[in-house]
Amino acid sequence: MKIYKYASPSMFYPLAGRIWPVFAVIAAVLCTIGLYMGLFVAPVDFQQGEVYRIIFIHVGTCWMGMFIYLVMGFYGILALSFNTRISAMMMEALAPTGAMFTAIGLLTGALWGKPTWGTYWVWDARMTSTLILLFLYVGFIALTHAIEDKRRADKAGALLAIVGTVNIPIIYFSVTWWNTLHQGMTVTATAAPKAAPLMAWAMLIMALACWAYAIAVSLVRVRAIILEREAGAAWLGELKK
Amino acid sequence: MNWAEFFSMGGRGFYVWGSFGAFALAIVVEIVLLRARVKASRATGEQS
Repeated sequence: MKIYKYASPSMFYPLAGRIWPVFAVIAAVLCTIGLYMGLFVAPVDFQQGEVYRIIFIHVGTCWMGMFIYLVMGFYGILALSFNTRISAMMMEALAPTGAMFTAIGLLTGALWGKPTWGTYWVWDARMTSTLILLFLYVGFIALTHAIEDKRRADKAGALLAIVGTVNIPIIYFSVTWWNTLHQGMTVTATAAPKAAPLMAWAMLIMALACWAYAIAVSLVRVRAIILEREAGAAWLGELKK
Repeated sequence: MNWAEFFSMGGRGFYVWGSFGAFALAIVVEIVLLRARVKASRATGEQS
């Protein structure tokens, strides 16, 4: 059971330091390829014209906004059931990036909605539930910062992260459960994508770039959190030698 | 390819570049804030 070793901050800190540059490079490479394909290679959409190119940012950021919350919920379960310090630290490290992706997802959706639907915003099921997701992230950050005692803050945050994951399937399936202005799923696991293959590839590559970016950024952030929280620990002195 | 045409995005440049620009800006802001936090955390770590 070697993996348990890395649940300790002293083991995880150097590991994260070795891993994050790899993901940063992957993110930069995929982003370059994805942007090139999305902006220069992918043809104009026959219905929407050039404005559809927002999809290459919108889909990846929205997926990451949802996915990061699920990961936070997973760490929340680990934090509450095994009391591992690193799980709570990972939740704290992921929240700002998840909030950023969700905010950009909402903003790009609004900027896409105006020219295609004629409005920046409607209280459509998907858009409303995504706004709730943003509030959950902001709520998590506010809640964990408002409680002085770190262990209590972690427990409260873990609970919010776990309970909040209920919202994720609501967002994901909102377009099939309700009659939304937002279009249905473009890419599903079970059917062929309803977009030209090249567009779907550019979209997936951009989404993977967002994924690699999120991993790199949260690993760097968790290292900072480890130093903040473990200040004074003996292993930090050992590390400097 | 004509660059003026490319940047106009069929007259939807504001929406397209607004989206791409906002994302780029968000990433830059996040990295700047993160660097500051890393620096501050190192200072805290050094003190211990």
